[in-house]
Amino acid sequence: MLQALEGSQAVAQAVALCRPQVIAAYPITPQTHIVESISRLVADGKLHCEFVSVESEFSAASVVLGAAIAGSRAYTATSSQGILLMAEVLFNIAGMRVPLVMTCANRAISSPLSIWNDQQDSMSVRDAGWIQLYCADNQEAVDTSIQAYRIAERTELPVMVCMDGFILTHTLEGIDIPTSKQVDSFLPPYQFARQLDPRHPLSLGTLVSPDFYPEARHSHHQALLNAQAEIVSADQDWFALTGRKSGGLLTVEGPEQATVAILTIGSVLGTLRAALEELPPGQPVKLIKLRSFRPFPKETLKAACKGLKDLIVLEKAFSPGSGGIVGLEVLAAVAELPRPPRVHNFAAGLGGRDIPLDILPRLLAVLEEPDNNRFRIIDVDLERLPLADR
Amino acid sequence: MIEIRIHGRGGQGNVVAAYLLAMAAFEEGRFGQAFPNFGAERRGAPVMAFVRIADKPIQRRNQVLHPTFLIIQDQALLKIPGVTDGLLPHGKILVNSNLTSVELSNQLGKEITTLPAATLAKKILGRPVPNTALLAAFFALTQLLSQESLAQVLKKRFKGEILEKNLQLIQQAAELVAVGQWQPPEVSHVASA
Repeated sequence: MLQALEGSQAVAQAVALCRPQVIAAYPITPQTHIVESISRLVADGKLHCEFVSVESEFSAASVVLGAAIAGSRAYTATSSQGILLMAEVLFNIAGMRVPLVMTCANRAISSPLSIWNDQQDSMSVRDAGWIQLYCADNQEAVDTSIQAYRIAERTELPVMVCMDGFILTHTLEGIDIPTSKQVDSFLPPYQFARQLDPRHPLSLGTLVSPDFYPEARHSHHQALLNAQAEIVSADQDWFALTGRKSGGLLTVEGPEQATVAILTIGSVLGTLRAALEELPPGQPVKLIKLRSFRPFPKETLKAACKGLKDLIVLEKAFSPGSGGIVGLEVLAAVAELPRPPRVHNFAAGLGGRDIPLDILPRLLAVLEEPDNNRFRIIDVDLERLPLADR
Repeated sequence: MIEIRIHGRGGQGNVVAAYLLAMAAFEEGRFGQAFPNFGAERRGAPVMAFVRIADKPIQRRNQVLHPTFLIIQDQALLKIPGVTDGLLPHGKILVNSNLTSVELSNQLGKEITTLPAATLAKKILGRPVPNTALLAAFFALTQLLSQESLAQVLKKRFKGEILEKNLQLIQQAAELVAVGQWQPPEVSHVASA
């Protein structure tokens, strides 16, 4: 049913519909409202599950890891410093190939301290071996949270659902919450094949000698690449059930003949859509929404970029001393095309800096500049920096 | 699309006001979007919240830079630089104040409509929370959404004595302003999406 809901409340309801049996989380802005709402559902008797209040994110991740291996459907959520504190456990969860779902309410990382949105937190654990799906709006956050369980359980890989902190988590808008009947049919009860059972003892996460470690890693890599098919089919089946798609691995919109495209990840997509309408550019422009960052959908992206002359990659994180994170991977992918587009890479919205509509003409203006292949952070007022840092 | 910016202080129910506004729009079958801009999370700190109301889905998620309406929950905030920035030329300002509209307009050299929202709330609710009274006045001035929709969304948010007193409060607040004074045509020209 369509309701006016805050993004966090909507995600809490979506998670509850998935019938998790164990939830462990530690509050951190801007994720707090999600777990607060879930704990209220538990306290009100509307969700029957074990809600474990823990003393840190490290423990939250450890509790859900243990719960999942013991055979429970489990859930946690965090942001920013919380994800960093979880980092060690996140690699273990993925390496043990445990199906779990976590929401990352994307927030900047200290220092300097910022409670506001960017995507440095989830990008910092991109190599943890989790599937990472990014949401463009709150409807996608709801639908992707539910799809995430199916993907996780079919691939035995953990899924991180990334939604921009505040911009999505704290925004109230019309959101359709599916019925429990719909979710139950999409997500039947799950039996983890390697569930710990004292009658059939099993060790997970044990020491692996050099004569098998590369094979274990290869297998993990392959599992993530193979997960692309499950991500696509989960979205297709969800569409058949609800009439809504969240965008598979990635989606392309805009005029077919456009030779310029802007690739986005997360909630900035809508602002660019509005900008294209309100400040129409002199040339046709496509928008590419990258939903799956891990696995990185190289072949699908290459197909989407055929015929492009210029590809602008707009992201909300970067690797200091190198440049864009998404941009570099996109560049490597399109380099395999016979006539690759020029890739222009920008970081924007760092630490919650507002991204206004006029970002569109400013991005497109770069195409006219001679030195336009350089990564840069948009909106930096160099006058406020010491000379050496400009 | 109509864009509204609410300025207040932490603890005055700014986010609640923004959410109630968007919920009332939703109640009437329109599209609403509301979100806060938190500063330091503490009582008394200046905070903002943004609302958009439209007849089709709202795509943009940037902050409201050019509001049609400003709702100011504490008149002292008008002295902070930037609070009225970006208000559209035909835009309107509603302020919680015990001064009359003429007094405050003359003092600040801007056209302002006032409502003694905190005083009224203190009298009826027992707490000087100006948000719901200001919304009632805003709905009356603009005729953008009905008082019934405001009552409906209050019923979703509050219950018992607090709800009853809020319903009393919004009725009295709406009677203190000139109904339809800010009515369209000038409110609806802003572009879509």
